[in-house]
Amino acid sequence: MDSTWKFTTRDIAEKADLLMPGHRACAGCGPAVAYRQILKAARGPIIATNATGCMEVVTTIYPYTAWKIPYIHTAFENVAANAAGIETALKVMKRKNRIKHGSIDVIAFAGDGGTYDIGIQALSGAAERGHNFLYVLYDNEAYMNTGIQRSGGTPHCAWTTTSPAGRVIPGKPEFKKPISHIMVAHSIPYVATGSLAYWRDLIVKARKGLEVEGPAFLHALAPCPRGWRYDTSKTVEMARLAVETCVFPLWEAVDSEYSLSAPSKVIALKPERKKPVKEYLKSQGRFRHLFTPENEHITDEIQEIVDKRWKLLLKKCGMS
Amino acid sequence: MEMTSTKQKMRALSGDEAVAYAAKQCDVDVVAAYPITPQTIIVERFSEYVHNGEVDTEFICVESEHSALTACLAAAATGARTFTASASAGLALMHEILYVTSGCRAPVVMAIANRALSAPINIHCDHADSMVERDASWIQIYVENSQEAYDSIIQAFKIAEHPDVLLPTMVMLDAFYLSHTLESINVLTDEAVRGFVGTRKIPLVTNHEGRLVPFKLDPENPITIGPLALHDYYFEHKRQQEAAMQSALQKIREIHNEYEETSGRKYGNGLIDPYRLEDAEIAAICIGSTAGTTKVVVDQLRAKGVKAGLLRLRTYRPFPSQDIIQALENVEAIAVMDRSHSFGAKGGPIFHEVRHLLYDAPTRPQVVDYIYGLGGRDMPQTLIHEIYKDLERIAATKQIKTPVQFIGVRD
Repeated sequence: MDSTWKFTTRDIAEKADLLMPGHRACAGCGPAVAYRQILKAARGPIIATNATGCMEVVTTIYPYTAWKIPYIHTAFENVAANAAGIETALKVMKRKNRIKHGSIDVIAFAGDGGTYDIGIQALSGAAERGHNFLYVLYDNEAYMNTGIQRSGGTPHCAWTTTSPAGRVIPGKPEFKKPISHIMVAHSIPYVATGSLAYWRDLIVKARKGLEVEGPAFLHALAPCPRGWRYDTSKTVEMARLAVETCVFPLWEAVDSEYSLSAPSKVIALKPERKKPVKEYLKSQGRFRHLFTPENEHITDEIQEIVDKRWKLLLKKCGMS
Repeated sequence: MEMTSTKQKMRALSGDEAVAYAAKQCDVDVVAAYPITPQTIIVERFSEYVHNGEVDTEFICVESEHSALTACLAAAATGARTFTASASAGLALMHEILYVTSGCRAPVVMAIANRALSAPINIHCDHADSMVERDASWIQIYVENSQEAYDSIIQAFKIAEHPDVLLPTMVMLDAFYLSHTLESINVLTDEAVRGFVGTRKIPLVTNHEGRLVPFKLDPENPITIGPLALHDYYFEHKRQQEAAMQSALQKIREIHNEYEETSGRKYGNGLIDPYRLEDAEIAAICIGSTAGTTKVVVDQLRAKGVKAGLLRLRTYRPFPSQDIIQALENVEAIAVMDRSHSFGAKGGPIFHEVRHLLYDAPTRPQVVDYIYGLGGRDMPQTLIHEIYKDLERIAATKQIKTPVQFIGVRD
């Protein structure tokens, strides 16, 4: 599935931001970068809705707002239900001739907090009902806004404040829930993973998500310097390393048919380009505890899991 | 004054069906709902209207009540007229979003078929579900019968959407006694209802650029709804909600009177519905369908020369304090009947709120509380007679033996 939209880097640079500067995100905030990139994909009138979380809080501190487009936030677990209500209202109001616009896109943003766990019911329901909207999951892999607590999206053995690197249990015992595959299993028309380090890929995917009729799900990896414990200048580096190590491969599923995206495809075709997971783990303080003699074996276990999931993905993409 | 009450049709409808029918006639744009006994017939009937093309409404079969109210709120924020219904655990699941809806000043209308809260699980009549939400800044109206349910849903849209109000509104009807019982209902014509509720007008607000724009999600005039407001601004938002509640007192009365002109029907003054209270020496206070039974008891007592009366509270939020104080001016002994309880408190919620008002009365009457009917325990005339007998004793002796009693329960 191709988008009809062709653009140059200059086009993107000259396109007005729909999210204004001056909001309160941290230095090096991955989600803030991802939002700006994704919103460049807007193709016309668009309404945004956000779940409670980092980006919601930093962009809308009354009496200020960073949003140049209509925006609503209601609660934490229900952004997909917001989107359902907005999309449905637009549909019926258009039918009753109360809207002059030809078409208005609906985009829902939520963190891994508002998606994997507390938000999955509303998301699953909206997907099942087939509402026409793009759901963007900005994944910083923990409940960052409330102080770095673990989520279903937190990777295995990562330190968080509710899965600390303790003497008995070294970080989160569970694994990262395969949320995007779960969304593919909902048989929605478009699911994709993206990383802010590959902005062109991410922007094209956001546009495809908006263009498709029906629910679209975009899983954007958005590293957090505070929660992952790395220097604020290295956010893009982390987002790139995640792809290069196949910890976070980039792919699309169009009508449930998988295909690898270029940055990951190149690794599939040239396996020597696949970087060891240790490089990724070593670069972040949240995995620091794995580099003691007692815990070193865990990094090998993590490599095995990454390899296993990578192989499974290749199979799904018809590239074994 | 144009009386169009002759242009009404008589239909046999249960309370749920009457509610669905009223919503049908109000040109609702979006209904997002989840079934729960005993509200299910509302959503089922409405689904039939939608699937048969009898209404131009989008029906979202949401996956939970929390999403039902969320979707209605977001749809209302987009400019749609919205309706939903729930009860008991479903309303409890909406709890968080009740506050968000009123905080966002969305004029959602919701019917509640009053049912007990678990545990134990119970599907029958009880006011716990809506009573516990009286702090959520929703307008609350309790109906006595299914005719009133029909009439009140229609009024609710006009009340909620009024620019001086802009508060979501819930209309309560008792589980099974009203929701499932067939009554002969007079229904207005579609034109009469549409003429009464009109189309939803979106109020204007000052946006962050200082311009007056419609308060809705519209790419023409972008605004942010549902922001973070910290200690420096949250309090003012809540103060505004309270001001809206106070304005609602008058608006509810006005809209009730307008509706009387259209339909020929009234319920007291819209806020309270006193029955034979003018010269009453003893009186009961209650909400909901029990008022119907109590009116029968009052008539029986009056026939025997007892100066008994009843004060039915129709509008519970905003609480019609002035009207209540005035209505009870000359009553010597009052029995509040609470079909819900605040566990650990001295008596139920209506007892608290009424007795609190009477603290300032020039002559304080005796006030007692009867917790009754929880989980659908029937409240027959015999028990209500017992209450009035107690009141006669209290009025005569000026003494209260037991201020709070559970009545109709096994010992």
